[in-house]
Amino acid sequence: MDTQTTATGTLTLGKAINRGLHHALAADDKVLVMGEDVGTLGGVFRVTDGLQQEFGPERVIDSPLAESGIVGTAVGLAYRGFRPVVEIQFDGFVYPAFDQIVSQVAKLRYRTRGRVSMPLTIRIPFGGGIGSPEHHSESPEAYFAHTAGLRVVSPSNPQDAHVMIRQAIACDDPVIYFEPKRRYHEKGEVDEGVDLAELPLGAANVVVPGTDVTLVTYGPLVKTAVDVAAAAGDEGISVEVIDLRSLSPIDFAPVEASVRKTGRVVITHEAGQFGGLGAEIAASLTERCFYHLEQPPVRVTGFDIPYPPSKLEEHHLPDLDRILDGIDRVMERPNSLSGGAGC
Amino acid sequence: MSREDLLTMADTASSEPIQLVAPDGTRHRHAAFDAMLADVNDDAVADLYVDMVAVRRIDTEATALQRQGELALWPPLLGQEAAQVGSARALREDDFVFTSYRENGVAYCRGVDLDDLLTVWRGNASSGWDPYGINMATPQIIIGAQTLHATGYAMGVKFDGGTQASVAYFGDGAITQGDVNEALAFAASYQAPVVFFCQNNQWAISEPVGLQTRVPIAQRADGFGIEHLRIDGNDVLATMAATRMALERARAGDGPTFIEAVTYRMGPHTTADDPTRYRDAAELEEWKEKDPITRIEAYLHTRGMAVDGFREAAQHRADDVAEKLRHGITTMADPEWQAVFENVYAEDHSWLERQREQYGRYQDLFSSDAEGKA
Repeated sequence: MDTQTTATGTLTLGKAINRGLHHALAADDKVLVMGEDVGTLGGVFRVTDGLQQEFGPERVIDSPLAESGIVGTAVGLAYRGFRPVVEIQFDGFVYPAFDQIVSQVAKLRYRTRGRVSMPLTIRIPFGGGIGSPEHHSESPEAYFAHTAGLRVVSPSNPQDAHVMIRQAIACDDPVIYFEPKRRYHEKGEVDEGVDLAELPLGAANVVVPGTDVTLVTYGPLVKTAVDVAAAAGDEGISVEVIDLRSLSPIDFAPVEASVRKTGRVVITHEAGQFGGLGAEIAASLTERCFYHLEQPPVRVTGFDIPYPPSKLEEHHLPDLDRILDGIDRVMERPNSLSGGAGC
Repeated sequence: MSREDLLTMADTASSEPIQLVAPDGTRHRHAAFDAMLADVNDDAVADLYVDMVAVRRIDTEATALQRQGELALWPPLLGQEAAQVGSARALREDDFVFTSYRENGVAYCRGVDLDDLLTVWRGNASSGWDPYGINMATPQIIIGAQTLHATGYAMGVKFDGGTQASVAYFGDGAITQGDVNEALAFAASYQAPVVFFCQNNQWAISEPVGLQTRVPIAQRADGFGIEHLRIDGNDVLATMAATRMALERARAGDGPTFIEAVTYRMGPHTTADDPTRYRDAAELEEWKEKDPITRIEAYLHTRGMAVDGFREAAQHRADDVAEKLRHGITTMADPEWQAVFENVYAEDHSWLERQREQYGRYQDLFSSDAEGKA
């Protein structure tokens, strides 16, 4: 391990990923970083800043503007024994590569009965809240979580972002790594010397312990959920916040344990509600611990609309008050549905 | 636009491809291509003939197996034997091949185990062989997707300083797909050592090549800055010479080459298809005159070879291959249920493990029932 570059300090989430990529590139010359503008420019969010200068243009590769091409050639590179880390510039740009991801990357191990590995990491900045035009603020995680053969993860803070990108690259399965772009500039302590083996990729994390309500979320809304727990605490409600970290597979044991304790659950994500991860979590909890539930699971999500223009995104994105309203619903307190039809 | 217009367009698109052996066996001279074949003597040509006969026999045997219900489907290559055998025999063992689903002749030349060739079509597995065992990826069904894999592989060869080339096989229908165009762009940008081998067999299921292009397919390469060769795909010497030339360029660091092998699919797209619904019998008759196997037989005859002798040798090989194929497929065991859950992930996946465990308990219900009754 390259101990001379290991450090502990305060980093932004974006820089924490950058340091993780740096570690991976330094540790294994089969690791490649590839994507649009990732080299000279350092990526449109500067996540790959400085990597090409250090590792050269054949390790950190500026690609033509073609997403299917980026992922499809990464498949060929993986056949050749490389471990490509590709960047899709924005969430809404991943769809041209969708076929290569779901038809090729996800299926090649199964198709070849285990003979071919696809240790690809596909980095996708995702989610809203940065005032961008359309195609720049989407939450497509459910498409990928629904696809067998892929692992889907999303970090919520700099320490996790750093550890999880290194774990994703080390993983012999393909990993879709969703970066919460509105949290790129959030700062936090990062210990780069952490033992990767100590923390399995995708172990859910109880961020705030509590006893009355379980609040399940991931990625960009974890910070919001922590604020929700503080606000609810002021009103005497104890909220347990769980950061899933991994969206496929979901580390369900801590979620189930929490719900058995609290009996009430709110799930929140930016993505639309229909067929979203909230639906899966609610259904699974109902199957697994129905008799422990005091109330039906509640989802607080984005609406089932194309991502709205930036002047409207505050209405679409779950925020502190909307999530608190969801908590009021499971706590049977006055809420937005009080007095109206409950369902 | 009428169907006739499309067919005419395809016809006008056929500027003269390079040919070394005419349908009647006459040998044409071509300085550059002939130089590529300096070591190919008459015996070597006879070997190619034997390969082509064996490949055709695999095709007819597999078609028969499908008709008898032993295979769910089969994609015949009848008529494309020269394109596949000539190009595949030009490859080095350590070159890597990425194909579509019709390249059974290529797989045969790479040395695939015959059982493995048919597994997928019987439904026993998603694909057959170990790609690293014969340096050939298992066939790709999504049209054109494999051209990117071949390009990425070739980029990798360049990055790690290897001397191999990769080859992407695809058809005339694929040239319209975005992936093929993206593969050409990437291959040109990185000067990757990849050979694009397009078998223009004139038909994408029922759609004539004129629906895909208004110019000869090989010309597509020009716009990407990629060298191209347009050859008679029913001429095994031309396909071998062109592929050797392209591989030589790749190994010399001269980047990708695009080969259009003009050929013809004499059978259906797959055994589920009925070509009499979309093409004239006259067209098929015309192409039968250009049959790649009778042509090379005629050529060897002009060389004074004992035709009866190698025809018999070819027949023996074909019989042997057909017998092995039939025996392998008809005695193949069905997979166990556990295989459903295997090789989805490299590492355990908690939700899939749960499903496997639950389904296992469900299966146990039946075995304990059986025991109870016994």
